[in-house]
Amino acid sequence: MKFLLIEDNQDLANAILSRLQFSGHVIDHADNLEDAQAYTLTSEYDLILLDIMLPDGDGRSFLKRHRANNHDTPVIVLTARSQVSDRIGSLDLGADDYLTKPFDHAELEARCRAVLRRKSGTSKTSIELGGVIFDPVAGHLSVNGQMVTLRNRELRLLELFLNAPNTIFSKQKLVDRLFSYDNDVSENAIEVYIGRLRKHLKPSDLKITTLRSLGYRLDHDS
Amino acid sequence: MTVKVAFSGSLRNRLVVTLIGGAALLALLLFFAVRSYAVQIAQSGQDSILEASVTSILDAAAIRNGVIELDLPYSALSMLNTVADDRVFYAILENGEFLSGYQDLVGQTDLMPSGFLFETRQIRDSSARVVSANRLLIGADRRIKVQVILAQTQDALSETLSEISRNAALFGFCFFTLVAGLSFWATKNTIGQLDKLTHSVTRRGPHDLRPFTKPVPREMAPLVTSLNSLMMRLEQSFAQSEDFIAEAAHRVRTPLATVRSYAEATLQRVDKEENRDAMRAMVKAIDESSRAAGQLLDHAMITFRAGHLEQHPLDLVELAQDLVLRLTPIADMKDLKLELDSPQSVPFSGDSVLLQNALRNLIDNAMKYGPTESSVEISISHKEAVQIKVCDFGPGFPAHEIDTLTKRFQRGENAKGTIGSGLGLTIARDVIEAHGGEIQLSNRSGGGACVTLSL
Repeated sequence: MKFLLIEDNQDLANAILSRLQFSGHVIDHADNLEDAQAYTLTSEYDLILLDIMLPDGDGRSFLKRHRANNHDTPVIVLTARSQVSDRIGSLDLGADDYLTKPFDHAELEARCRAVLRRKSGTSKTSIELGGVIFDPVAGHLSVNGQMVTLRNRELRLLELFLNAPNTIFSKQKLVDRLFSYDNDVSENAIEVYIGRLRKHLKPSDLKITTLRSLGYRLDHDS
Repeated sequence: MTVKVAFSGSLRNRLVVTLIGGAALLALLLFFAVRSYAVQIAQSGQDSILEASVTSILDAAAIRNGVIELDLPYSALSMLNTVADDRVFYAILENGEFLSGYQDLVGQTDLMPSGFLFETRQIRDSSARVVSANRLLIGADRRIKVQVILAQTQDALSETLSEISRNAALFGFCFFTLVAGLSFWATKNTIGQLDKLTHSVTRRGPHDLRPFTKPVPREMAPLVTSLNSLMMRLEQSFAQSEDFIAEAAHRVRTPLATVRSYAEATLQRVDKEENRDAMRAMVKAIDESSRAAGQLLDHAMITFRAGHLEQHPLDLVELAQDLVLRLTPIADMKDLKLELDSPQSVPFSGDSVLLQNALRNLIDNAMKYGPTESSVEISISHKEAVQIKVCDFGPGFPAHEIDTLTKRFQRGENAKGTIGSGLGLTIARDVIEAHGGEIQLSNRSGGGACVTLSL
């Protein structure tokens, strides 16, 4: 998926970039409205992340222009202003969703996925590996032609493995990705989800290997 | 919130009482003045006729052959004719001795008056005006003092007087009615200006703080001027409050967002267990403070908005559907289901931003405490009253804390290990109470908490 991030806070932008790139997305970054305008004229994006307060103007005016030019690229607004006063305005101007800073990056990803699913239904690039076809946007998994319905956490876990096969993920890393920080979760909780994925993947050539004291890895038997 | 105004009498009553009281007093004075003046004039009229009559009788007296000779002249009596057929009495005395006429007249009269003596007296049960005068007749050898007493009853006079009194009373009453009507009109007109101003101020919406520009009487200008300057200051302080809350949120949240992003990014790269624990604790603390800051500011904004509540028609079902759509991604992260059970639409009148915020806080709570892969049930019903119910399958409220949980910053015992500022229920309660409803906390028999908003 190709994203455009319009955010003038460099630190925050870097953090968002690294997180989304890690999840396998391509991201362009503009730190003012003029650059953003240039980017949208030259490239097609699947999703735009838009900050409201920018050095050369209000993000909402960009949104208004963008919609007026008949662009239907989904837009998620990032705002640090009070929810109560700002929410209505941006949604009325045609934003598909909004996030209040500071936000959980997992929530940002979840919202991106929800907006993309609502807009297009499926992703343009699904992942195919070892008899498995996976559409991360729609959350569809087909194993040897059999459709499997995944729960959200299973989906996110599988996406992580499929984006980087043959990579070892430690238990802690998986916990960080799957659970938000507002609950104390024991690392054993991850075993439940690994177990479920193994069951789903059984008919395929893919399998999740446990590496003692290191973590888990997705292997492709061929 | 309306403060009861203490009254110190009524301007309208004060004006009406003063004006009408004054009019009544004036009418009474007028009546008595006219009456006493009329009595005076009528009396002096009668007196001068009596005087002329007595004079002509005395003139007719003469001494002939040493004896008094007195022919009552016809004219002297005819001039006393009245419409009411008043009776006339006379008495003639010679040197103080009764000579002729009506003897009752003598006795009470001064026997030797100088000039004319007038008095009013009861004669045969009717009031009469009595005049007495004398004349010294000088004969050849003697001097005789002739005294004539003439009395006329006052029937005609009292008839005239009562007619004049009637007229004066009628006149006074008309005067009073006219002035009373005039004072009512004047009062209504004057107070009406105040009423007009009051009406146009009351008719305004809660956010209409434009200055008052319609022309008003000069005396009311200072009031309107100070009203306008008050509204200007109010508008400024409203705008400042709203800006301040938004700006404060921005200032607090932006750096927190940066710190959080760095912490999270660092967490991805760090492998050492104690460093990871530290980073996680850091992210958790940031989440807690940003959530608290957010809710505090939301609470401030809600208190501010609830103070002058905007009432717009809205559909509670639509509002809940929007919210469910928006919160679904977060629920998904925990594999929670948000289930909305409602009729087609439930129309309501209120502030949609506030109601949405209240409901959002309840669903947030339910999602926080509900276990993974369970569901949060939101139901809206509209029978006698509108009820919105949010239930989860979590641990429920501790029974002994149910009453204190809606207080500010109070968190339940079950909240250990969960991020929150304890403001969620307070916000919901404030919003619902501003809309004239109430909030109830309860536990389900099968486990789980329920919050019911009754509107």
